Amino acid sequence: MSKFGSSSNKKEVPQASSNSLSDIVFMLLFFFMVTTQMRETEQKVKVTMPEASEVAKLERKDLSANINIGSPTLQYQAMYGTDARIQLNDSFKTVADIRDFIAAERDAMSEAERSLMTVNLRVDQDVRMGIVSDVKQELRRCSALKIMYAARKPADKN
Amino acid sequence: MARRNFQAIGSTADIAFLLLCYFLMTTTMGDQSGLQRRLPPIPDAQQAQDQKVNRRNIIIVRINSADKLFAGSEAMDISILKDKIKEFLTNPANDPNLPEKEPKEIEGKTYMVSKGVISLQNDRGTSYQAYIAVQNELVKAVNELRDDFARANFGKKFSKLSEEEQDIVKKAVPQNISEAEPKDTGKK
Repeated sequence: MSKFGSSSNKKEVPQASSNSLSDIVFMLLFFFMVTTQMRETEQKVKVTMPEASEVAKLERKDLSANINIGSPTLQYQAMYGTDARIQLNDSFKTVADIRDFIAAERDAMSEAERSLMTVNLRVDQDVRMGIVSDVKQELRRCSALKIMYAARKPADKN
Repeated sequence: MARRNFQAIGSTADIAFLLLCYFLMTTTMGDQSGLQRRLPPIPDAQQAQDQKVNRRNIIIVRINSADKLFAGSEAMDISILKDKIKEFLTNPANDPNLPEKEPKEIEGKTYMVSKGVISLQNDRGTSYQAYIAVQNELVKAVNELRDDFARANFGKKFSKLSEEEQDIVKKAVPQNISEAEPKDTGKK
């Protein structure tokens, strides 16, 4: 049975060439390998970043330490409530734990690069400034002074 | 022979698919952008009171717990904050109530550099969204001044300048935003 109603039934319908398939898939693979980064931690707090038009890209991603602040996601709300919490690495922490966290992050970097460390504050837009101020004060005490307020570019470009 | 060849290619595609799925699951798109800032170091107890800035050189931008904005002494909408800041930093009419300018030598040339400092204050109850919106306006004001300066002195936009030229512009139009110690007002 010929699908395309071709007159010559002597020849088999040629197989669709799948030679290029692996090329396409490999290309997709490389695209994702280049454009994405490893998900280091599970997000336990919901972070919707505020919009800001003047954002600048962080140059060295590997030299940044992430502090997430936001209200816990649904599955953790039963345990932790909906108040804004700080997430460091993989667990909920308090302001007092930031010192250890910064020290650990510093230790993981080479001596020369420690001064370049940026603390990336990923804060949900509905969080009140009180907790953010506490975190900032604690960072000052740890002399981790380079910070970045994570924000996203607004969708419309003008 | 042809069939064997086809099978070999089929399995590479499968392997690549598996890898692709693995990367799709374990990675996230990089979205690391934001407003970069430098926090002031904790002052020593002795020199805490030393820093005195002339009154005319400082503008206090304040966001209260209801996200209302005050710049200087007046309440203000966020849409006009940028122009207010630009006027404050340039002081075009040499108003004695606006910041003084001092000549400063940068890379062999002398520029008039404003001594203005923007002091940003917030309550504990201020929402982060409003805070970032104000920060963004402040950065935008400084960026536009830098663009103006770059056009006047180098004939190009700030982003098109070379790194050395950008350094000169940065020194001539400093981004002096001070994030004050938090005030314990407003409810948490």
